[in-house]
Amino acid sequence: MSTLLGELTRERVRPETEHRLLVCGGIPCSSKGCREVKESLDDELRRRGIAAEIPVEIVGCIGDCSLGPAIIVYPEGILYQKLTPDDARTIVREHLVGGRVVEALLHRDPRSDEILRQRETMPFYCGQTRLVLRNCGVISAHIDDYLKYRGYAALARALTEMSPQEVIGEVKASGLRGRGGGGFPTGRKWKLVRETPADEKFVICNADEGDPGAFMDRNILEGDPHSIIEGMLIAGYATGARRGYIYVRAEYPIAVHRCREAIRQARRKKLLGENILEKGFSFDLEIRTGAGAFVCGEETALISSLHGTRGDPEPRPPFPAQKGLWGKPTLINNVETLANIPLIILHGAGRFVELGPEGSPGTKVFALAGKVRHTGLVEVPLGTTLRQIIYDIGGGIPGDKRFKAAQTGGPSGGCLGEESLDRPMDYDSLRRAGSIIGSGGLIVMDEDSCMVDLARFYLDFNQDESCGKCTPCRIGSKRMLELLQGITGGRGEEGDLERLEQLALLMKNSSLCGLGRTAPNPLLSTLRIFRDEYLAHIRERRCPAGACRALSRQQGSTEEGTRAEAETVDR
Amino acid sequence: MAVKTDPEEKLYERLDRALKKYKGKPGVLIAALQEAQEIFGYLPRKVMIQVANRLTIPLSEVYSVVSFYSLFSTVPTGKHRLEVCLGTACYVQGAEELLRELQDLCGTEPGKSAPESPFSISTTRCVGACGAAPIVKIGEELHGEMTPEKLPSLLEELVKE
Ligand SMILES: Cc1cc2nc3c(=O)[nH]c(=O)nc-3n(C[C@H](O)[C@H](O)[C@H](O)COP(=O)(O)O)c2cc1C
Ligand code: FES
Repeated sequence: MSTLLGELTRERVRPETEHRLLVCGGIPCSSKGCREVKESLDDELRRRGIAAEIPVEIVGCIGDCSLGPAIIVYPEGILYQKLTPDDARTIVREHLVGGRVVEALLHRDPRSDEILRQRETMPFYCGQTRLVLRNCGVISAHIDDYLKYRGYAALARALTEMSPQEVIGEVKASGLRGRGGGGFPTGRKWKLVRETPADEKFVICNADEGDPGAFMDRNILEGDPHSIIEGMLIAGYATGARRGYIYVRAEYPIAVHRCREAIRQARRKKLLGENILEKGFSFDLEIRTGAGAFVCGEETALISSLHGTRGDPEPRPPFPAQKGLWGKPTLINNVETLANIPLIILHGAGRFVELGPEGSPGTKVFALAGKVRHTGLVEVPLGTTLRQIIYDIGGGIPGDKRFKAAQTGGPSGGCLGEESLDRPMDYDSLRRAGSIIGSGGLIVMDEDSCMVDLARFYLDFNQDESCGKCTPCRIGSKRMLELLQGITGGRGEEGDLERLEQLALLMKNSSLCGLGRTAPNPLLSTLRIFRDEYLAHIRERRCPAGACRALSRQQGSTEEGTRAEAETVDR
Repeated sequence: MAVKTDPEEKLYERLDRALKKYKGKPGVLIAALQEAQEIFGYLPRKVMIQVANRLTIPLSEVYSVVSFYSLFSTVPTGKHRLEVCLGTACYVQGAEELLRELQDLCGTEPGKSAPESPFSISTTRCVGACGAAPIVKIGEELHGEMTPEKLPSLLEELVKE
């Protein structure tokens, strides 16, 4: 037995005993100056001659972006928030040298006015079930840290105790559904790839994260890249693939860098390459970056892009599982889907199905953003209600404004209004409400957001990103956008809504790929819930939310006045 | 420093060296173009021709890829590249207002090369920092929780550097 294998099969999560500083290096924190905070910590530790004893590590997103820049001080697990470089010096002097927690820099719960020391005691965290995000913000992206937290133990288990068929059986039994948007049963897809005969097969990790407003994949790639590599290794073993690709969008340079490093480390430990763990299984990985095209998140377009050409989608079937990259059977899974795999193999499908409702087991990571107090990644069992996510975890709407709608599923998704606050968030229930879970983007809007303008925003996006290959999508999205621009610009006419609905139906039914088929969804769902708001724009030349600049908020402005204004502002 | 060569010629030599590793391999056009853009800052026609020749790919195919992906630019960019995120989270937090303000301040707009302005503006769709929306990206740096009021001092600092 190889020595590494021996180590991997041992239970070992080591409790924190030593002083250690974790600086949140998530992108929101970076954009608020976490690097300066780290430099200041390093500097002060050096000045006091204790830099060697107290490591300072940059970790993936700690979680609550509204508290950034944030750090966690181990072993106590104290979370300090909203830090300046000066605050960092104070923490070294008072906490690390003096042994006194700096109360002024802790988080105070605005509702109870209570001071909260540990991240685990904050409502934002204790309402969550962080499984996929288990390591994010807790360990660094280095393989040594991952190994300490039972990393690659699932791979060891799969290779030593399970046949490929048993691995697929376990994934099937878990009921895991694809987290990339489609919600397709993962085990079934694996089985299809396994059973398609070919001399070569591939595994692709879809890290294109196209939904603007979703950032969970980015966080996993940056904070816990080894969990993805491990997931892909297990997928390769189960399906019979020997090569894998991670397709990352180019807007994520840090994620690309961390993944490259992680692959290098895994190769050095011989967890990638030939004869892994001396079990006769070989697998290796490469990273490919996108070049800024939303449609490339769609699996057939992604494959076109990997072929080095325009990211044009192809009709399905054949599905990539049968005929994908270079015409070979190809498994495509989303980042979060793959991050679930080690957990399922290590702890068993039985534990997995305990979470979430029937038909939608497990957890889902939502990217909570928009008009909500605490923004950031929220991982909860599927079936948690929107109210729990927005109010209990997210702390509600700032400025005591009223909740108006939540948008889920990004440009392919829809809106949920007030009446959906108590709706369980799972695949089937959201579909019934006219939206989708999608990749987990969750944008909260308050009374100041205009739903017509939101529909315009998404159509603008989809029109812009349409690859132009099929006519319904290319022309349909253009015509719909023009109508919506007219309505928000004060030029709407009776009959516009019916024309929109007609076009929407046409696009949905006849577009080539998912982009065109789902592009009308944001429009249709807002039209269903907020039809009055559309009508106010058209009949009264009024934007009830006061967001459309070409229209007045109040009733009674003369038509002429608005027209003139519309012409000057319209683009 | 001692040897004086035409800086542009040097860039083309660099491009040639970079392209060697892609020759004859399938599926490498995008990666090759990304590297070419890194070298030149954008993709002028001459560079596209060179890529086509070296990889023995029709120029029309190179152009179809360049025009498809938004990351490739065929116009030169200003010294300071400002990107306003127009992803949903940023949009809901007022990114369009930011963009308008920035256009007024810089006297240029997305997609335009304004030789007299030290800035070029573009838009992007979500840089994955939605928790700190709205975001303005300057070069590789992200600036979160931006407001129109913060913009003038930010630009001033850039010009000073
Ligand atoms: C327009 C469009 C964009 C998509 N973008 C993404 C994306 O960014 N990331 C992703 O994982 N899946 C995306 N998908 C879904 C993929 O086609 C595919 O279903 C998914 O990667 C499969 O992985 P999963 O089963 O693990 O979810 C997109 C689909 C469409 C139609
Ligand atoms: S929407 Fe701007 S960073 Fe995500």
